Amino acid sequence: MYTNSRTGWLLLSPTLLVLIIFGFLPFLYVLFVGFNEWNIFAAEEGLRFSGLDNYRRLVFDDDFTTSVQLTLKFATFAILSELVLGFILAQMLTRNFPGKSLFRIIHTFPLMVAPIAVGAIWRLLVIPGFGPAPFFLDRWFDLTYQIGSYPDQALWTSVIMDVWHWTPFVTLTMLAGLTAIPKEPVEQAKVDGANRFQVFWYVTLPFLRPVLLTTVFIRIMDAIRTVDEVWMLAGGGPGTRFTGIYIWRVVFPRTDYGYGSSISLITLYLTIVLCWLLFIAISGRRKGEVE
Amino acid sequence: MTTTFRQRVWRFVATYAFWIFMTLMTLVPIWWMFVVSMRSRVELFARPNLALSRFFIENYSNVLTDSTFQRYMTNSVVVSTSNALLVMALALLATYALSRYKLTGRDNIFFWLITNRMAPPAAFLLPLYIMFTRTFRIGDWTLYDTQIGLILLYCVFNLPFAIWLLKGVVDGIPIELDDAAMIDGAGLAGVLRHVIIPLAAPGLAVTGILSWVFAWNEYLFAANLTSVNARTITTGLAEFVTVTGTNWGELAAMSMITLIPSAVIVILAQRYIVMGLTFGAVKE
Repeated sequence: MYTNSRTGWLLLSPTLLVLIIFGFLPFLYVLFVGFNEWNIFAAEEGLRFSGLDNYRRLVFDDDFTTSVQLTLKFATFAILSELVLGFILAQMLTRNFPGKSLFRIIHTFPLMVAPIAVGAIWRLLVIPGFGPAPFFLDRWFDLTYQIGSYPDQALWTSVIMDVWHWTPFVTLTMLAGLTAIPKEPVEQAKVDGANRFQVFWYVTLPFLRPVLLTTVFIRIMDAIRTVDEVWMLAGGGPGTRFTGIYIWRVVFPRTDYGYGSSISLITLYLTIVLCWLLFIAISGRRKGEVE
Repeated sequence: MTTTFRQRVWRFVATYAFWIFMTLMTLVPIWWMFVVSMRSRVELFARPNLALSRFFIENYSNVLTDSTFQRYMTNSVVVSTSNALLVMALALLATYALSRYKLTGRDNIFFWLITNRMAPPAAFLLPLYIMFTRTFRIGDWTLYDTQIGLILLYCVFNLPFAIWLLKGVVDGIPIELDDAAMIDGAGLAGVLRHVIIPLAAPGLAVTGILSWVFAWNEYLFAANLTSVNARTITTGLAEFVTVTGTNWGELAAMSMITLIPSAVIVILAQRYIVMGLTFGAVKE
């Protein structure tokens, strides 16, 4: 560890500069505008200080609370399915079988696809008129499937789309975690007569915990931010008005800048709190292992 | 543990059945898009059919010869490549500083860096829009609708990720190697060039590749902070969906073209992706 911190800061400065200008200043700006009423279509022009009015309004805004509920519902179901599916897939990839790398490459593919293209892919599948999903669901299960008219269907379609897009990420991190687990404790547990579930619960899972938490951490961050793919899929229709989309609607088409800023800030705050708790959990664990 | 022949056959069949099913799940949506891209408007609205009836390449030729599409494509390539290079350079310097120097509040800086990636992008659209159109202006020139604007902006979500990834790599390089190089008379630049860069090369490659993909894939900022000149390919895709009627065949063709870099990267850099996504913590 070098003590010449001046050189250190000098090396860090370009990064800090870019992040302060394009990350931190906008944040301060949002913070400031959040305490003002600023609506392009309002009678008064410009900003008018309104204290905590925007935040008070937010609590009673059904559209906002619904969007948070929807986002959390979406994130919870998507992430849980991804974890279960990803774990099973990773477990299967720890074994060797011919053709494994081909299966893995194909499975990894959705991860690198642009979210907007993911949205396009799924839109083409579910679009009424020529999409195969509504056609076959109607024919085989007599189910009217139309994401534009049924909010629940739109939400579940988004969840399935997210699972399609992000399960590979979970698979890959889990696989890395699983391959890093030392063989001896597992063998020892088996010798001691533990069954499969006990080995998983008492040996594999504790070893996997740091990787698992990191994965969940990243997935929560991204799931709450989701806008592009869902926007492309459903165009912000009912059932998919997630917080990110709601913010965009308030800020751009409605130009309710002050209110949009306060929503942004609360969303950011919720995300940070959630992630900070997880971060403490992860780093606490790691310190314990090192010392 | 002994397994009978029967058990082994059963396991073999189950493994392949499972993987073939998963592969179909992954590929069918993409296949359908390919089929749509190979159909004319009239054929499309017939009964849905997952089979490819014929090679109809008019959608592709329409898209590829379109000058707007060509401009979007060029912008995407320029922005992603410049951003990846910039991120690699800045992240390397920053990581070296965070890994080797005693800096006050280092852990907090590290966490703050990551929070930059957590922010819902929609939250920053308004201030960025105002900054891009009004704050950064020299005469008639503004940052709005320029490639350089997007290149710098994409650092906000790529740098934290890159630093996080590279931190593990640089931490893994013993500081004794730096010391040895310095005793041999190397300065900071020499240490970076002869010790850190060669040893961190795989990590740097991962950083570059993934930053490139993230920049290539970005939509929301590009859509709201550009208008004509600097529009990227993802914005082009979204522009296709219009109220008056979307040309689905061309949309599908354009999406297929957007997928090509992703496919190439997954095939060529599979190992790196795995290593990169575990933040260099676990190498396969």
